[in-house]
Amino acid sequence: MSDTREQDYQARIAIYPRSVKGRFRTLKWGILALAYAVYFLLPWVRWHRDYGAAQAVLFDIPGRRFYLFDLIVYPQDIFWLAGFLMIAAMLLFLVTGLAGRVFCGYFCFQTLWTDVYMLFERLVQGERPARIRLSKQPWGAEKILKLGATHALWLLTAFATGLTFTLYWADAPTLFKEIFTGQAPFPAYATTVFLTVTTYVMAGLAREQVCTYMCPYARFQSVMFDRDTLIVSYDDKRGEGSAGRAKVAAGLKTREERQAKGVGDCIDCGYCVQVCPTGIDIRNGLQYQCIHCALCVDACDTIMDKMNWPRGLIRYTSENALEGKPTRLLKLKNIGYGVALAIMVVLLAWSILTQPQLDASVAQVRQPLFVQLSDGAIQNSYEIKINNKTQQTVALRIELHGLEGAELDTGRIDVVHLTPEHSTRVLARVRYHVSDPSVHQREILFRVVPLDNEDLSVLELPSHFYSR
Amino acid sequence: MSKPTEKKGAVQTTGHAWDGDLQEYNNPLPRWWLWGFYATVVFAVVYWLMYPAWPVGNTFTKGFNTITFEVDGEERTTHWNTRALLVRDMQSSPSAVRQREFLEQIAAASYEEILTDADKLAFVRSYAHGIYGDFCAACHQVGGAGIVGLYPNLANDDWLWGGTVERIEETLIQGRLGYMPSYRETLNADQMTDVAVYVLSIAGYEGGDADAIGRGDRIFHGAEGGCFQCHNVGGVGRTSQGAPNLTNNIWQIIDVPNAADHDARVELVKSVLRNGIQRQMPAFADRLSPIEIKVLTAYVHQLGGGQ
Repeated sequence: MSDTREQDYQARIAIYPRSVKGRFRTLKWGILALAYAVYFLLPWVRWHRDYGAAQAVLFDIPGRRFYLFDLIVYPQDIFWLAGFLMIAAMLLFLVTGLAGRVFCGYFCFQTLWTDVYMLFERLVQGERPARIRLSKQPWGAEKILKLGATHALWLLTAFATGLTFTLYWADAPTLFKEIFTGQAPFPAYATTVFLTVTTYVMAGLAREQVCTYMCPYARFQSVMFDRDTLIVSYDDKRGEGSAGRAKVAAGLKTREERQAKGVGDCIDCGYCVQVCPTGIDIRNGLQYQCIHCALCVDACDTIMDKMNWPRGLIRYTSENALEGKPTRLLKLKNIGYGVALAIMVVLLAWSILTQPQLDASVAQVRQPLFVQLSDGAIQNSYEIKINNKTQQTVALRIELHGLEGAELDTGRIDVVHLTPEHSTRVLARVRYHVSDPSVHQREILFRVVPLDNEDLSVLELPSHFYSR
Repeated sequence: MSKPTEKKGAVQTTGHAWDGDLQEYNNPLPRWWLWGFYATVVFAVVYWLMYPAWPVGNTFTKGFNTITFEVDGEERTTHWNTRALLVRDMQSSPSAVRQREFLEQIAAASYEEILTDADKLAFVRSYAHGIYGDFCAACHQVGGAGIVGLYPNLANDDWLWGGTVERIEETLIQGRLGYMPSYRETLNADQMTDVAVYVLSIAGYEGGDADAIGRGDRIFHGAEGGCFQCHNVGGVGRTSQGAPNLTNNIWQIIDVPNAADHDARVELVKSVLRNGIQRQMPAFADRLSPIEIKVLTAYVHQLGGGQ
């Protein structure tokens, strides 16, 4: 089997995508500009806070909090992350169910960064034929210069990307200075280098292989397709006719001439294949490599416009629509995703908007559950944890309610002072002379009362008192 | 939709055919994947050179990587291993540094400052819980409730040796010897019954006739028993001697509150009179550092009834 042995491992088949102009390309440049503006500028946006970081978006790991504009996320809010991820998943499912791999084609950072890398490639080395020629050319000054410049630009972009990512995790101006003066902490350098390398490798060298071999999204998005899902597709019937596609030639110039001979509208110019960033031929039908970037739509529309034929030989459509059947988007699957998405969004928004500025919890000390004191009273102990999420120092007093005759002892701590964004624990002891020994468990209520602060409401913490 | 690709670019098969026409596509792995595999092999070799890896006879290859850490203020360098890494992290990791800063604050603060500051007290509770678990919980139990008959309860407000921070600290530093002599030779059975009835009466238990209580009182406060010398006049206890207060209903040695009836209670008290008590708490001055003793003192003080 010597002939198959050679094919055990396959080298990447180089792709030299041709550039294209059109509505989808313009839309994609727009999305890219917006995404880059947000990504690269956000760490530099300053934000006024009475206490805490002056950076609008900062993921402060040592401080155990995330700053997102006026929202500060603490570790105990971790379920928001779960909510956010569920929303992202549901949104992905819904959009994929309706419109296919929109995420892949328009928003995925692999697509965005690859687009930028291809732009540099084209600016330095020229259009597709020039790049193919250059790659076949023997090594010389021109090839070294052009390839070197391309890779230098790629590395620069990769470094900017990695550095910007790192800036989200510390005060951006300070860290920026530290990085270049060699004073930044090791994790900052490690993160920057790691992301520089991965960006360079993924967007520069690996490219479409990331989508075809590595990406799990690409796989499970395909699973959510059905015959009603919007896909980028070649209109086989119109393009092939009954006699197949044919180049424009004598006797095959106008649509009428071609239709008379049974030849389809596809003039086999190959533009759609040349612009494809994953190097497939859309005319072979729906393929797993297709990221639905719609560049072939732009390419084909350009040709159809030139021929003065109607656009849409390659277009957004569905398998049902191609076969002349109605496309049904309002189905149980999509409605279900939509409802789940709406519920998650409402729950997360409600949870974030109603989060208390001051929160507290009580945990009873269970070992021992109770002790008898020398005056015959029973004593239970409780640990009260208080978390101050406000931007100001608060003074708090702990009160006990709900059990007549019970006495609260917080040791020598009368008023708890809590600095902003700080939490503490107070041990509270409750003493009670049990009059009816048959009752083992009694309801009690701790009240954490903010002093001299009308913005904060009193917190009520129900608990139990045990005497046996 | 997609046509069978018998044209150019047709997928290669492995060359086998089963059942006449059943063939297997050969979709080759990408070559970069192969390079990725080679990279892992190279990584493994580098790892073997840098870190402890292969068992060889009774020992193992130690690797060229080293780690430096401090033991008792002395720097040591050894081959890289996770135990040394742990030692180093315990000394110089950011959390270790923060803990040390807190400990320095505690060391500089007076007990009064610790007990009135919620943050310091919260730190003391967290930090001392570990030391308490290592050195104290074996006898006094995790929550400090002790065991009746064996180890004193630290979670209530009844203190044998005093519940102020000064006394608790003293107890930790020098240890304690709790001793009550046996009255086997001194008192006869009837006298013991009288003393037991008296002791139960001052603790609030009814039973026994007034004559017996009177006789017990006289033995307790007289030369015959001499109990008052340690337990104080009226049995209110004396913390300088570690002698418990007998007038409350807290019992360290015998489980009086759960006894069936008065006769059983009397028997329990008599058993203490007959056998005496000898208990010892070891001194911790040599085993714990001054700061650990300080943190433990504050911890024990706040367990339930510090004075």
